[in-house]
Amino acid sequence: MFRPLATALTIALSLTGGVALAQQGPLRIEITEGVIEPLPFAAPAFIAENGAAQQYAADITRVIAADLSGTGLFREIPANAHISRVSSFDAPIAYNDWKAINAQALITGAVSASGNQIVVKFRLFDIFSGQPLGEGLQFAGTPDTWRRMAHKVADAAYSRITGETGYFDSRVVYVQESGPKDARQKRVAVMDYDGANTQYLTDSSSLVLAPRFSPNGSQILFTSYASGFPRIYLMNMQNMQVRALDEQPGTMTFAPRFAPDGRTVVFSLEQGGNSDIYTLDTQSGQRRQLTNSPSIETAPSFSPDGSQIVFESDRSGTSQIYVMSAGGGEARRISAGEGRYNTPVWSPRGDMIAFTKQHAGRFHIGVMRTNGSEERLLTASFLDEGPTWAPNGRVLMFTREGAGASGQASLYSVDISGRNLKQVPTNGPASDPAWSPLLP
Amino acid sequence: MTMISKGLLLVAVLGLAACNNPGRFGAGGAGGAGAGGQYGQGGYGAGGIGQSGLGGPNDPSSTAYFQQTLGDRVFFSYDQSTVDDAARQTLTQQAQWLNQNPNYAIIIEGHADEKGTREYNLALGARRASSAQDFLISQGVAPSRMRTVSYGKERPVQVCSSEDCYAKNRRAVTVLSQGAGM
Repeated sequence: MFRPLATALTIALSLTGGVALAQQGPLRIEITEGVIEPLPFAAPAFIAENGAAQQYAADITRVIAADLSGTGLFREIPANAHISRVSSFDAPIAYNDWKAINAQALITGAVSASGNQIVVKFRLFDIFSGQPLGEGLQFAGTPDTWRRMAHKVADAAYSRITGETGYFDSRVVYVQESGPKDARQKRVAVMDYDGANTQYLTDSSSLVLAPRFSPNGSQILFTSYASGFPRIYLMNMQNMQVRALDEQPGTMTFAPRFAPDGRTVVFSLEQGGNSDIYTLDTQSGQRRQLTNSPSIETAPSFSPDGSQIVFESDRSGTSQIYVMSAGGGEARRISAGEGRYNTPVWSPRGDMIAFTKQHAGRFHIGVMRTNGSEERLLTASFLDEGPTWAPNGRVLMFTREGAGASGQASLYSVDISGRNLKQVPTNGPASDPAWSPLLP
Repeated sequence: MTMISKGLLLVAVLGLAACNNPGRFGAGGAGGAGAGGQYGQGGYGAGGIGQSGLGGPNDPSSTAYFQQTLGDRVFFSYDQSTVDDAARQTLTQQAQWLNQNPNYAIIIEGHADEKGTREYNLALGARRASSAQDFLISQGVAPSRMRTVSYGKERPVQVCSSEDCYAKNRRAVTVLSQGAGM
């Protein structure tokens, strides 16, 4: 389930948001309309408290700094510019030395490793007010979870400075592609949000499309041609068991997504050339038709409170975005601009809808309010499609594909302010990303 | 027929279709398009895949004649699924052939060009396959001999990103397989 957001944040977050530093008072990045310089921080190498911890300490520090810098909201001051040396986790902080190099935040930490456990401790300091920002925190886990612990430290620092939930300790399920465009092979893969720890969940014997996480991250939905025809499947991430969800012969099922209840799936079912939206209770198998129209209805996505569904339909002649009640019934069109609108996805905060827009031969990722107002396009390229929200609703990841035979698909991310557009590293061509919730 | 055996037969039919139509996915074929059975719906083998001589494109009863001389595919305008005059002509000839060769079942594949999102193109491909199917039904081909499948934009035959290629990718392909009456 998505966490409620602090009220202060909701106020601070603006659709046209940039970043402003509060120069007075406590250390804080406010998401406001002004766009200014990233906040400079120092993250001296975490102290290795024993020999076995040395490599982990170095690696964890590197991942924390990469997480924060990767947001575009922070800028790391390189270690060779540091004046002060942190010799032990409990040593007093030389605030003036950090102030002298213009660090505004300082992250210190220590790592110990023994047996099958590593322990990471960290503290965050507000240099200009000369005091710690929040309590020290400690994470413990098996050595193979060292990256997750680093992400959790970075999430805590991000959260304390921005006032928002973090998103670094999260995963992304996507489609790994290989082969030329006219004989492309696809497999479902999952990785950390930053591209590390890739695992493949299916082989490439069947074409697979658009995997999606369940609200608690324990299951994924995807579309596969394993039967020869597109059908939706459900995979249990613990034991990798897969089952077909809806096997009505003569139909195609696709575009599945979970409802926030983690039990209901909304998807498209095509019969006789016509696609409509249905829900399926994955426990009882009960199916319910929500739209009944001769036009294309697809790409449904629930609001985080489960009360509404946003979807695309070409009932007006071209594909546009509509919102209806979770039980179906009358739908209202919310997209109003020129062009074709597809793949609407409700923000985990509930306040915005991300979409793909096709206009004048270009594709865009954009966001709008849930009533269709304040539309903003964040990207433009030959082919951008299929946005997915970071768990905190601040960042979108999507598929970008180039033209022609050499234009392979890859994953990109962009801040909802439109800043910080960058490619997400993957093992080869990749498409159809879907972000997990923040891991527990 | 049980669900399982029907599933097996469909996999077998697709497997055969791929054999009959090696050019569809480029030389060699991708293999991933139809066959598979990764999730327990049957596998590649599954019986029923007979092999026989296909005859040449000049032999009117051959599949090569159907594919090459009559034409196994029809094309659509951008974001459209209407069967135009050229498509009607091709489908009329396909229907005549199918009516004269009742031992073949068919799968109509609907495809889209890359200028659209994945889900929309799946739905659009289904519409195109269904348009072609409806026309064949209107020409007397029994609905029980036909199935449709949409590949959306997943299986282009041309990979250049210009209208020349897009026009060839926006298609419905009638894929023959032996064993009507499934």
